[in-house]
Amino acid sequence: MAAATTEIRWHGRGGQGAKTAAIFLAEAVLDQGKHSQGFPEYGPERRGAPVRGFTRISDAPIRLHCSIAEPDYVIVLDPTLLDSQAAGVPDGASDDTVFLINTVETPANIRKRLGIKGGKVHTVDASLIAQECFGRPIPNMPMIGALAAVADVITLENLVASLVVRFKKKFSQAVIDGNVTAVERAYKELVSE
Amino acid sequence: MKQIYVGLTGNEAVATAFKQARPHVAPAFPITPQTEMMHKFADFVADGVVDTEMILVESEHSAMSAAIGSAATGARTFTATSSAGFALMWEVVYIAASLRLPICMPVVNRALSGNINIHNDHSDAMGGRDAGWIQLWCENTQEAYDHALMCWRIAEHKDVRLPVMINYDGFIISHTAESLHILPDEDAWKFVGPKDLKAGYSLLDMDRPITVGPLDLTDYYFEHKVSQIEALKRAPKYIAEVYKEFGQLTGRHYSFFEEYRTDDADLVIVALGSTAGTAKDVIDAQREKGVKVGLLKIHMFRPFPAAELAKALSKAKVVGVMDKSASFGGWGGPLFNEIRSALYDLPARPKIHNWIYGLGGRDTDTKQIVSLIEQLQAIAKGREAETVNLLGVRL
Amino acid sequence: MSTIPTSGLNEGGIITEAGNAAEFKTGDWRSNVPQWVPENCIHCMFCWIYCPDTAVAIDSTGEKTVMTGFVFEHCKGCGICAQHCPPAAKGKAAIVMVRDEK
Repeated sequence: MAAATTEIRWHGRGGQGAKTAAIFLAEAVLDQGKHSQGFPEYGPERRGAPVRGFTRISDAPIRLHCSIAEPDYVIVLDPTLLDSQAAGVPDGASDDTVFLINTVETPANIRKRLGIKGGKVHTVDASLIAQECFGRPIPNMPMIGALAAVADVITLENLVASLVVRFKKKFSQAVIDGNVTAVERAYKELVSE
Repeated sequence: MKQIYVGLTGNEAVATAFKQARPHVAPAFPITPQTEMMHKFADFVADGVVDTEMILVESEHSAMSAAIGSAATGARTFTATSSAGFALMWEVVYIAASLRLPICMPVVNRALSGNINIHNDHSDAMGGRDAGWIQLWCENTQEAYDHALMCWRIAEHKDVRLPVMINYDGFIISHTAESLHILPDEDAWKFVGPKDLKAGYSLLDMDRPITVGPLDLTDYYFEHKVSQIEALKRAPKYIAEVYKEFGQLTGRHYSFFEEYRTDDADLVIVALGSTAGTAKDVIDAQREKGVKVGLLKIHMFRPFPAAELAKALSKAKVVGVMDKSASFGGWGGPLFNEIRSALYDLPARPKIHNWIYGLGGRDTDTKQIVSLIEQLQAIAKGREAETVNLLGVRL
Repeated sequence: MSTIPTSGLNEGGIITEAGNAAEFKTGDWRSNVPQWVPENCIHCMFCWIYCPDTAVAIDSTGEKTVMTGFVFEHCKGCGICAQHCPPAAKGKAAIVMVRDEK
């Protein structure tokens, strides 16, 4: 694999924004001069179905066109997926893989549930943050905020700037403000081991 | 020229290029994974960004029929399709080429049914390879965008006047947001240019009335087919010209096929579409281990550049052709058959083997390509191997 | 068989001479032949409209377009003109089919 490509795998359920997050992040890093790729895995299109999304970020053009089997970061939008073998959250993880989980549980508990020894586990209650900040429990944007805190792929400033620009086309100022607050809160409220 | 760095899905990128080409007419019928391309284009029309007459038809057969009627008036016309939609427009696809109408059509490659599968392989377009269209294949969103601009110059060239099919992989390219460079609208328009409405004949020209598509029996049909064969023989010259001009404008240089690290390669993989990108990363890693392997990625499958391919592959010891479609009951996939045939007259031929892979969107990862290269190495060392093989499937 | 080579044909097989069906003589054989009875003709032009070829001759130079007879080199004797000829004048039709004696 080409050097300096960061591979991020998203696990969510239909409706939680895993696809949107994977593509949003890919587009957001362009302003930093990065190359990127964001894509979902399409299966049955129903609310609640397990969905995976993928983001690659690199300093060089990205040529790989396959899904991400050995991720650097695994982001889980829904904690019920942790126990699902079909979802395959820990699949292909190495000792360097960083897990970011939307949950009320502690990183130590999550480590047990995933059955992993290596890697790093961070947790954040992104659903609660989303509910409190913009009134809907859609955790994708706060999870990107949490990612900005642990990964060297995007700065909080660039993330917020990109969110404002992209959301302006679709959403009211109240929704934009709510999402910005949610991203900033998740960035700060992340619980690490 | 200053280009714009953006993140777009393959479908969005192609819709953007078509918007910049200012087509007059676009008949549309939805099918996954093409639908999003027409959605995006319809957005441009609804926003008043482009003044295209969209015709919402009741099937792909009607979409191509409407495109033919439109193009026969002289209007710049496109439609788009995938999989079963392409199969449904079958008979009219041939007519578009027979009438020498410069229609452009993305085929967002998807497996054919049954059972129902929405994901990528090349069985749809491969079935249409003898329909008389120019077929161009793209590796990523950048190439899809670039070809969606260049196709107009090729199709409408007065010495070509043939329909052009642009192939890009469903979901893998169509629904993947990638970083790419696009031209500013005015520069794209300067490159594509307006369609010469005075060129040729028009169904709507009352002063020069014509009959299009008359009964054409034993007396003339054969000669008309020969004129199509001749037109496709002439096309490469003009495709090369358009590639060259586009390269000078954008710095992105295309040719009938791209050769990646083939100069001293004993082993050469031949592929179409997005898998070529994955193969390049694998080849880089294998090269570091000292394996002399390269890739030949085909852009222009129709017309088929047989002589050029034979020359390019003549120095290899083993050629592994990857086919993302099966030829049921045939001997190997369509790409394999044509490559093997093209090399037949070489005084010393490389060994040529075929791998059928990725049917129905089966993920083609780096491990599969590593395994293919290992098999090529073994064959180079003299190991007996099947001519036609499978990759990434449970047996 | 035509002697025109491929290079001499129009692109896409289009036909650029309007009305060149006139050059294709189709009326060299028929078992029945239409006979025009001018005194019964009201010049309704039904025969001219219904004729599948160009076998009905008309004169459209005057104030009123009138039928003037048949062009038999385009008539296959199908009888459609007689079928549609209305028996308007004195209850008698202006076109009747008779056996072709040739």
